Amino acid sequence: MKKITIVLLAFTLSFYGCKEVKKQEETKAEITKKEISDLSIYNLPSKWTTQNGNDIELKSLRGNVLVMVMIYTSCKAACPRLVADMRDIESKLDKGTKQNVKLILVSIDPKTDTPEKLKTFAIANQMNQDPWIFLRSTEENTREFAAVLAVNYKKISPIDFSHSNIISVFNPEGELIFQQEGLGVNNEKTIETINQQAAKI
Amino acid sequence: MKKYIFILTTIFFVVFTDAVKAQSEMVLIKEGSFVPLYGAVSKKPVVVESFYIDVYPVTNSEFLAFIKENPSYSKSKIKGIFADKSYLSYWKNDLDFGKANPKSPVTSVSWFAAKKYCECEGKRLATMDEWEYVAMADTKKIDARTKKEFNEYILSWYEKSKTYENQIGQTFRNYWGVYDMHGLVWEWTSDFNSIFLSGESRKDKSSDKNLFCGSGSVNATDLMDYAAFMRYAFRGSLKAQYSTRNLGFRCASTTKPK
Repeated sequence: MKKITIVLLAFTLSFYGCKEVKKQEETKAEITKKEISDLSIYNLPSKWTTQNGNDIELKSLRGNVLVMVMIYTSCKAACPRLVADMRDIESKLDKGTKQNVKLILVSIDPKTDTPEKLKTFAIANQMNQDPWIFLRSTEENTREFAAVLAVNYKKISPIDFSHSNIISVFNPEGELIFQQEGLGVNNEKTIETINQQAAKI
Repeated sequence: MKKYIFILTTIFFVVFTDAVKAQSEMVLIKEGSFVPLYGAVSKKPVVVESFYIDVYPVTNSEFLAFIKENPSYSKSKIKGIFADKSYLSYWKNDLDFGKANPKSPVTSVSWFAAKKYCECEGKRLATMDEWEYVAMADTKKIDARTKKEFNEYILSWYEKSKTYENQIGQTFRNYWGVYDMHGLVWEWTSDFNSIFLSGESRKDKSSDKNLFCGSGSVNATDLMDYAAFMRYAFRGSLKAQYSTRNLGFRCASTTKPK
């Protein structure tokens, strides 16, 4: 009899599963000293996996300046140039504040880009160490993240994607503050923005 | 003990019937294939697998019920990253859609809010291919895109203003039993951000530069291409936090709705 009660109760509760639980939100706000700002990407609840197979929430990156780009590792045309652009930015960062910057490559092809694939790519490109991070998530989370970055992408064949070539800079609060569009473009402003933000920390 | 169970059972049924009521009607769309104006690789047909789609777009009153359960999606509380300033701009306040008709489609909602609404219903937004597949049907045919009258109907709607003030279900019922794919409001799709237009594609290696060739050609499918071109161009201009008065949504589901 008790069992039935529990089942019924669980069933009943499950219908309210989508209701927001206020109490939980409040305790979370207490944990982080400052509330996450309205325009912060740390409002996204999505979970990501790194090239080392670690599961992380974006929130764990809070407090760093983030430089992000969306790529896929089997890409032959634009991505190697995008990766080169990222590398160029990294090489020009202020040595004194560089430890406050993370350069992140997010896969738009999570089906192919397993953590192992990302790891291989990272090693092959000598990017398997700080400040580089590779991330992948579900297709849905990836689509959402791209929407936040205003990056468009589309699968055009089993192995190829069309995608926007945008490098995005986020301040320590996770707010998008600068975007560099295009391949091999002048990156002075990008680097200046990153250095300025990193110096504030 | 017995009393306890009785109460629980009652609660259960109340909640259950409530949930059923809240679930909007869906119909099955059977698997098929078609060549969309945009997105097919070398004009090969795209296969759309069977799925379910809402018969009507989501209404003001339905969206209000959602906001009551999810206050963080109300117009005063929604985070800037999820919606721009025009979010629910025609609503009087958080829990009042003012003079708008309860049975009119909710509009001025961002992609994030539309997505969340569907998730809370146990559903999702339709993909662009799914949406276009349903939208190419007239009252009798699965694919009416080459019919002159059908295209004229769609294009004449594009010229009408304020159709978003109309109630749902007053346009034609299409082959699948779905209403309002044309003639009421534009609708969000899950992958609206997979379109590349002018500025974007120039910077890209972009193998789909030629996909808009329809707009330059002169043949019998001009009208059909133009109608679809308008939709893709509109989607291509959107960002996920945008909200405009003529843009609403409906939900889809891969599995049979409960």
